[in-house]
Amino acid sequence: MTPEGSLLAAEALCKAYGPTPALDGADFSIHPGEVVAVLGPSGSGKSTLLHCLAGIVRPDSGTVRYGPHALTDLSDAQRSALRRTDFGFVFQFGQLVPELTCLENVALPLRLNGTKRKEAERRAHDWLAQLEVEGVGKQRPGEISGGQGQRVAVARALATTPRVIFADEPTGALDSLNGERVLTLLTNAARDTNAAVVLVTHEARVAAYSDREIVVRDGRVKDMAGRI
Amino acid sequence: MSTTTSTSGGGLRGWARDLGMGVRFAVGGGREGWIRTLLTALGVGLGVTLLLAASTIPAIQAHRTERRLAATPTEADGPLAPSASTLVVADLRTQFRDRPLTGRMLRPDGPAAPAPPGVAALPKPGEMVLSPALREFLAEPGNALLRQRLPFRDAGTIGPAGLAGPAELKYYLGSATLSTDNGGVRVAGFGAERKSEPLDPQLLMLVIVGCVVLLMPVAIFIATAVRFGGERRDRRLAALRLIGADARMARRTAAGEALFGAVCGVLVGAALFLVGRQFVGGITIWDTNAFPSDLTPNPLLAALIVLVVPLAAVVVTLLALRRVAIEPLGVVRSGAGRRRRLWWRLPFPLGGLALLLANGGTSGAQSVVNPFLIAGGATLFLLGVTLLLPWIVDAVVGLFRGGPVPWQLAVRRLQLSGGAAARAVSGITVAVAGAIALQLLFSAIQGDFMKITGQDSKRAQLEVSLPTHDVATIRKMTREYQRTPGVRGVIAAIDTTASRPGPLRKGEPFIPSTSVTVGDCASLSELAHTGPCKDGDVFIVRDHTGQVDDSYIRQTARPGAAVDFAWPDRTGQPPRPRLWTIPKDARAIESRPDPMGMPSFGLFATPGALDTALLDEPQARAMIKIDPRFPDAVEHARNTAARIDPLTSVHALQNMERDAQYASVRTGLLVASTATLALIAASMLVTMVEQLRERRRLLSVLVAFGTRRATLAWSVLWQTAVPVALGLVLSVAGGAGLGLALLRMAGKSTVDWSVIWPLVAAGSGLVLVVTLLSLPPLWRMMRPDGLRTE
Amino acid sequence: MSIGHTLLGLLESGPRHGYDLKRAFDEHFGQDRPLHYGQVYSTMSRLLKNGLVEVDGVEAGAGPERKRYAITDAGITDVAQWLARPEKPEPYLQSTLYTKVVLALLTDRDAAELLDTQRAEHLRLMRGLTERKRTGDLADQLICDHALFHLEADLRWLELTAARLDKLAEAVGG
Repeated sequence: MTPEGSLLAAEALCKAYGPTPALDGADFSIHPGEVVAVLGPSGSGKSTLLHCLAGIVRPDSGTVRYGPHALTDLSDAQRSALRRTDFGFVFQFGQLVPELTCLENVALPLRLNGTKRKEAERRAHDWLAQLEVEGVGKQRPGEISGGQGQRVAVARALATTPRVIFADEPTGALDSLNGERVLTLLTNAARDTNAAVVLVTHEARVAAYSDREIVVRDGRVKDMAGRI
Repeated sequence: MSTTTSTSGGGLRGWARDLGMGVRFAVGGGREGWIRTLLTALGVGLGVTLLLAASTIPAIQAHRTERRLAATPTEADGPLAPSASTLVVADLRTQFRDRPLTGRMLRPDGPAAPAPPGVAALPKPGEMVLSPALREFLAEPGNALLRQRLPFRDAGTIGPAGLAGPAELKYYLGSATLSTDNGGVRVAGFGAERKSEPLDPQLLMLVIVGCVVLLMPVAIFIATAVRFGGERRDRRLAALRLIGADARMARRTAAGEALFGAVCGVLVGAALFLVGRQFVGGITIWDTNAFPSDLTPNPLLAALIVLVVPLAAVVVTLLALRRVAIEPLGVVRSGAGRRRRLWWRLPFPLGGLALLLANGGTSGAQSVVNPFLIAGGATLFLLGVTLLLPWIVDAVVGLFRGGPVPWQLAVRRLQLSGGAAARAVSGITVAVAGAIALQLLFSAIQGDFMKITGQDSKRAQLEVSLPTHDVATIRKMTREYQRTPGVRGVIAAIDTTASRPGPLRKGEPFIPSTSVTVGDCASLSELAHTGPCKDGDVFIVRDHTGQVDDSYIRQTARPGAAVDFAWPDRTGQPPRPRLWTIPKDARAIESRPDPMGMPSFGLFATPGALDTALLDEPQARAMIKIDPRFPDAVEHARNTAARIDPLTSVHALQNMERDAQYASVRTGLLVASTATLALIAASMLVTMVEQLRERRRLLSVLVAFGTRRATLAWSVLWQTAVPVALGLVLSVAGGAGLGLALLRMAGKSTVDWSVIWPLVAAGSGLVLVVTLLSLPPLWRMMRPDGLRTE
Repeated sequence: MSIGHTLLGLLESGPRHGYDLKRAFDEHFGQDRPLHYGQVYSTMSRLLKNGLVEVDGVEAGAGPERKRYAITDAGITDVAQWLARPEKPEPYLQSTLYTKVVLALLTDRDAAELLDTQRAEHLRLMRGLTERKRTGDLADQLICDHALFHLEADLRWLELTAARLDKLAEAVGG
């Protein structure tokens, strides 16, 4: 299935780690501005799907298309370049570089893209403000709360105004109030910039922020859109 | 619990219990715990191996010297009469390519003549007994030329008792003709008295400082190894606090873990040493090698190592935890917020310098070297340099702002944990600072130990003695050299003395005489500026070097005057005159140093001008020019010499000659610094890989958002290079300071700064190697697998 | 909870007497509330009237309990539709959902499918509530949160059930 107008689409993805298949013929597609929740029991292959879609991991078989590119045919360097420019990432924890200040952390993807330091940090500051954490710019990740840290991480994912944001359990380590706020900010920002969000989660309340959900079970994807 | 006080209680029982708990953690800490213990044991083990090896040096030296002396013919006080138990010996020194061979020719006077140590029976004429190493060496396919030189029948093996080391190339050759008349010495047996020369005070200073310089990095390495994986351990200790241990218990438990690792390390070190020493016979470092049995650690030093290393492990761990508060919910490093202070660090190097200078000069003849002052001063100084390093890393790294991403990543990391980085390179700093100091001292005092020989190896490459007084034989030998493959020319000259005929004149203490040199024009032109020369010419060569009284030459060698070749005072009887008149057209010319650097003067004659039959006991010298492109030309010439007479000495011309004692000290330092640098590289690598392992997840995240490998590789390089660069700057400064202090003691003022560059280059090379070796683990950590572990 | 659909589902595995039906129902679903005979007979007569079951045979003796019922094709279709139709998310839904899961297992239908369908339905409602929260005032948010947490609890229970379907299938015994 490669629906019309999709931004990122995958077909018949297979990926095995050792003898156990993590993905076994998974399909997926997402449109610009769409928030898709990826649900499924743990070990079902949610994260592997995300890694394949983002070009972090090359699937054993199947294709991932992103616009005109067949991600699966690109070299490692090309995929890295694409991730720098077009994709943003938020993970559950341990993603901020502990020795950089929060401002520098947010500016990091911009700088990896070649933006000058001053400009990168100016834009990073704006994003911190948008995520309501402009005060922590000079502090290091170890000195701020988990909720603040996750907002910094979201700011970092948004800093390069990516076309697709991949979020793997972005609120997994947060309390409900913080988690909801982070999700609101993330999805709002994504809708404002017409970016697509792939939101891997096991929580229904998180999935409720999506426009549509898919379920991964035993390495296969079930798209629930057609059921309603 | 019945005794709540005992949890925090001190005393031996508390210590024993907490240390025991640490040991249990080290053993039963799962895979993590084992790896940590293993790394510590390996690191400490390497250090202990090195220390044990160092403790064997006195024994090695002693044993080698003992055996060498035992094989030296006993010098008699006066001439010995031949008897059934005497023998005539002569040294045969030769060399094959760069390997020196020691040989000795033997001829027993009777059946009771003793054999040298390690030799069962004296070789018969034309036979030789040889060392196993020489037998192997002779059998090597490329060494046919040496087989031609030693064509003697193999009659047995020299046992270990007769060899300085297993790699010594040694042989005893039996002779039927050797006598005291043709170069031999009659002796009653073997075994020489040790003539102990006290070590030159300057050399003694070098040796002491050298030991300090080389063993301090090992000590620092051991201290580092004990702290391998410290962060993970701290987390485990925090868990221990959570279940009710107090801070002191946690600290002791940590000490227990370190103690266990260190004890394992001592065992590993002892095992490595025992295994390694079996292979030591095959290793020759700078011409020195030893039998495994020579490698006996000094018992006192060995006991010290076994006791001090585990104790040091405990002390280092307790000191390291001083700035760390292990709280039940995690580890707080109080060091993060606090600035390092300079005031207590500075007195160490300054105090060290003061101690050194307090010893006074070592250049005078009566100078005294106080080993404690010098060793203490050098130790204190180098310790001070190590203590300064963290402060300097903090201070300098704190100044850095911005820069490209890899640089920023590296600098920020260093700003957060500069102490760890400084610790990793402190070993290198001490080693390089010490080595620079030593090298400075070396280069300054090497003038005292290096003699400029004045030999010019461009004009001729070999000098040979021609063991005959017969002119015809001399000519024959010269022709043999000329026919030798690879020989381009032979500078040969016959020397003798001429004196003024007639009795002593009034006021003369003896009859004036001068030297006479007979040779062809080509040879003479190497000894004097002859200008145009043809056979039949005679020259009078004046001496301007001041070595001889020029007036004797003027009085003896006058054109038209007669000279007497007969040696005046040979038998006491007035000899039969051998008169010859110097031609009137004899030209006065300037002398020129020969390729050996010796000036010639007096009467120079070509063979056409002087009948050599007139000469009384002429001696001959020959210098050989060889074709540098002809392979093994030198060996061919040596073979010719051996064919003419095994006692012929062949001497390769060199521009410089090193004092042997100085050379051996330098050699020892080189050996040890190589080993030390390798250890430091290993330590840095382990630290770096562990650091990478701890950031596995972060690295995966960075890769996820598209960080280039090169970016991270550069950041690893900078992270290593910045502290090392700072360490090197400090070590150059510190080394120069220490070096200058030592120079001042040695009474030298000239400084050769070029010695610094090779050491700086070695340090930088080491960084590069460490970075390159940490790249494969980095690539591995950068795989997305890190994202999956949760 | 629909007793009619449940009894229909139980009949899918083969014709049963009214008495058997009550026993089977009690065994699987009647833990706290055993079915009365009267309920069985009234339900069966309604199903007969609608043509979803038929009388398969009557044994000798008096009383309705001697009648043997069998499910008709229309009855099977009715059960399938009921199982596939998500329940309107509301509090205390568990007993219905549980019945559905067990019946799906008993009739060899895909219980995971049933759970996915139900979750989608829950999520649809939760999306609406989330959207209201996004735009509403604090009171709205609090009210929505209350509903959301309840729905989430339902879903969690569903996930848990899904994760233990295999065990449940074993316990139900097919």
